[in-house]
Amino acid sequence: MSALELLMAGLVLAAGLCLWRAWLGPTAADCAVAVDLLGVLMVGFCALLTVQTGKDLYMVVGLAWSLLAFVGSLALAKHLEGRRFDD
Amino acid sequence: MIDFADTRQLAAYVLMALGLAFDLVGCIGLVRLPDVYNRLQAGTKCVTLGTFLLLLGVVVRFGLNAMGWKALLCIWFVAMTSPTAAHAIARAAHRAGVPLATGSVLDRYREDGEARDGAGEDAAVRRGATP
Repeated sequence: MSALELLMAGLVLAAGLCLWRAWLGPTAADCAVAVDLLGVLMVGFCALLTVQTGKDLYMVVGLAWSLLAFVGSLALAKHLEGRRFDD
Repeated sequence: MIDFADTRQLAAYVLMALGLAFDLVGCIGLVRLPDVYNRLQAGTKCVTLGTFLLLLGVVVRFGLNAMGWKALLCIWFVAMTSPTAAHAIARAAHRAGVPLATGSVLDRYREDGEARDGAGEDAAVRRGATP
């Protein structure tokens, strides 16, 4: 097991903890927090994939993912607040 | 004579290991802390910094070529968007009436909201009267 695979395993463990909170979360806001953090974690995972493969592609995926996670979190927050999306 | 490529790789791995440590601590905080605001606090700060360090590892590993610049751009996006999203979620949770943990002693946002919404002039006078 290389050092990079060890790092990936740790990140998967962190993502598993996030999913555990999303599964457990007593309120809807907890699930929203967990999903938001999962998006940021996946950007880090894209960084590790970039190092492992040496390919440009994964960093582009990370860029797109960071912005989409942001938009998704804002939409979830608006929904939690009980407002319409076109408000 | 220091082998420069190896030193750089080592520095990149140290940065990425630190980033992973921050991510793990943030996620443990997300699972362990008592209410949604505490979880946001632990999770957002630690995971943002952890991802920041992971991406910085990519920059150090590859230098400023196509990947390095994209990683820097990604750092910028994460550093700008993650706190904003956390703020939006915290505000939405508070407005949706998610209760604080039982040990909480202060809710400044609610106090400000009462001063702003409730009986405008009275609240302003009360706020002015009590230092």
